[in-house]
Amino acid sequence: MLYFSKLRITLVSFVTLFFIYFALSNFQDPENSFISKRINLGLDLQGGSYLLLEIDNEPVEIQKLQNTTTVIRNFLKSKKINFNDLRIQDKTIVFTTPIMDVGSVEAFFLDKESEINPYYNQYKSHQFDVIIEDSKFTLSLSKYGLIEIKTSSQDQALEIVRRRVDEVGTNEPNIIKRGNNRILVELPGLDDPMRIKSLLGKTANLTFRFVTQNKNDTFGTEMLQFEDGMSEAMVSKRIILNGENLLDAQPQMNNQTNETVVSFTLDRVGAKRFGKATSTGVGKQLAIVLDGKIVSAPTIQSVIASGNGQISGNFTFQSATDLALLLRSGALPAPLNIIEERTVGPDLGQDSINAGVIALMIGFLLVIIFMFFKYKIFGLIANITLLVNLFFLVGILTLFEATLTLPGIAGIILTVGMAVDANVLIFERIKEECKKEKNNIIAFDTGYVKSKTAIIDANITTLIAAVILFFMGSGPVKGFSVTLAVGIFTTLFSVYFIARMLTGLYVVRNKEKTKLI
Amino acid sequence: MINFNKFYKLFNLISLGLVVASILLLFFKGLNFGVDFKGGTLIELRSNDKNINVTSLRQSFSQMNLGDFNVKKFGNENDFLIKIEKKDTSANAIEVIKKDLTSSLGGSFNFRRVENVGPKVSSELLKSGIIAIALSLAAMLFYIWIRFEWQFSLGAILALFHDVIITLGLFSLFSLEINLSIVAAVLTIVGYSMNDTVVIYDRVRENLRKFSDIKIYELTNISINETLSRTIITSVTTLLALVSIYLFGGEILKGFSLAMIMGVVFGTYSSIYIANPILVKLRVSQKTILKEDTE
Repeated sequence: MLYFSKLRITLVSFVTLFFIYFALSNFQDPENSFISKRINLGLDLQGGSYLLLEIDNEPVEIQKLQNTTTVIRNFLKSKKINFNDLRIQDKTIVFTTPIMDVGSVEAFFLDKESEINPYYNQYKSHQFDVIIEDSKFTLSLSKYGLIEIKTSSQDQALEIVRRRVDEVGTNEPNIIKRGNNRILVELPGLDDPMRIKSLLGKTANLTFRFVTQNKNDTFGTEMLQFEDGMSEAMVSKRIILNGENLLDAQPQMNNQTNETVVSFTLDRVGAKRFGKATSTGVGKQLAIVLDGKIVSAPTIQSVIASGNGQISGNFTFQSATDLALLLRSGALPAPLNIIEERTVGPDLGQDSINAGVIALMIGFLLVIIFMFFKYKIFGLIANITLLVNLFFLVGILTLFEATLTLPGIAGIILTVGMAVDANVLIFERIKEECKKEKNNIIAFDTGYVKSKTAIIDANITTLIAAVILFFMGSGPVKGFSVTLAVGIFTTLFSVYFIARMLTGLYVVRNKEKTKLI
Repeated sequence: MINFNKFYKLFNLISLGLVVASILLLFFKGLNFGVDFKGGTLIELRSNDKNINVTSLRQSFSQMNLGDFNVKKFGNENDFLIKIEKKDTSANAIEVIKKDLTSSLGGSFNFRRVENVGPKVSSELLKSGIIAIALSLAAMLFYIWIRFEWQFSLGAILALFHDVIITLGLFSLFSLEINLSIVAAVLTIVGYSMNDTVVIYDRVRENLRKFSDIKIYELTNISINETLSRTIITSVTTLLALVSIYLFGGEILKGFSLAMIMGVVFGTYSSIYIANPILVKLRVSQKTILKEDTE
């Protein structure tokens, strides 16, 4: 029956006021507001940059294979087992042993306590899969070995990316993992991601190595280009120092030469090694190699024991600052590629907000005018419901600090258009019932009861679409599915609690009236 | 009462024609995929020099060796949208373009929006878009099957296919861009079209229970008429909202709202002229739903 207890009326009013207050708090100065929650604006509305980075794990895998090859060589030597032809071939490690040793070598690899082929208890798998044909061993990274490599390089890369972004000092960056080889970086308010992109594009692998003329250097040599690409030099593969030995790096002006340099401070181990190398290598050229290119190769003048040094190399102040930043934040475990970038300037964001708000107001106005002309008093009730519904919708988005995107605003406007549907279904049903039933109150009650299944079914179908969109969609589109889904719940609530109460109160007062609706 | 059922055959033929035409279009002309699904670079720029137009921009872009590209006006007088198909652009590509533009055209440019999608990401996005649409169709099929009978489920799904395929066909015909928000629109169309069909089906079921002597051919007509004013009012309010997004919501939402407008129009039509004739064809009767009630 169309009777509502005082308690229910109070509760509904209270909930309504609560959400209206929440919705309105978005427009208040956060300093003076009791509620600190706000709707977050998506990058498409506040402007900013979205970067999706993919870690190129191939170098890490190759490094792992190389390290393992060394480990195997040493291990087999220490066990006094003969082996031949130990090498890396197509991402596998191959070697042969005498037939009589195959069994014992196999045991070394497949033992759960294996020193050379770690066993992951949680995956029930070794790091390497081992295939044995006669006396030939073929080792390839197992599925979980690869996952282990990926997740660990992702963890490291995430940390380094965070440090680099923090060093640049953008406000509230959002840096998260995606899958097991991607990192998502969201930079609100940044309209030119150029600098961050170039900082993230560098691995920043720094090594100090001697320039050598002797091709038969015991550690091996390689030809490396200078950064300017004009010349090259032969460099020993022996690493004297690497980036990990750095404590600090800062850009500096060298007063004597009047050029910009990067000065660095080494840790204790680094300082010791650097001192030793410079004492034995006076007169030699020391190449400073960054990501496979020589930055500069100064000649050692004297022993440097203090652990302080300078890197010179045609820097501008900006490039010196960036290099110092990269050195401070550490090297990435693997190169990163930017595979998706979306940047929106702040003025476009503001334009989008303005356009969205205007479209919302006009859409709302058109709908309420139409409803009023169509249903008069009941149209008014539907319109009040719609307005409250909007407050609910915005209030809930605020309560959960949801992210509002441009498609999200479209979702709100669409909700305005579709939300009246439930009321229309009810009103039309009541109209039909009034033709058969003289008693207004009974007609209204039946109208509500009989329209229920259609309303529920109709809203669930939209909800299904929204939920699928939420899980499959990305970025701004996700915001659309959120407002659409929340809109469905607020619509049902406002229709069954607020509109029903208002129509109830009206019908009870006008129960004798003919042709109510 | 309007005799909708008199036109079942005629409109079924028209729909069939439209669906076939759409499929042929999709097959031979294909869809105009945007950066999201094809990869490449999109730049929305605003110039503060009134003399700069599409032709001069096109000229200066053709000197940059960027491969295939496309320049068009975007809303405002001084706003342009440039799409570059080349996929792997280096980290500073945008900066280079900006410099080249300023040096060849003078004036200053504000890059309001830059989207750069690699080939891997675009193919993933396309895949997940297709999966999302397929999944939503499957979910609807399943839901209607549970709530009604399989005959209803089949009718509703055919109506959905009809709406989605014709909307995509129109996008192909007019070479409108398909991007992520169009996928969102298509999914919403699926929800809306279903919503419309369900309301009429709900009434058909109710009437089937009430009248055992009325043939389904008449019964669908009665049900359509009984729910007609609701169908029209809801379509009108939804269209009012969508038209205001289309007209005032800014350039970015145009494609989305246009797709939705088409979808709502076809969704409303198909609830009447696809979903219901199917029930007639499948000879749905009181028995069909009584079986459901006793189970």
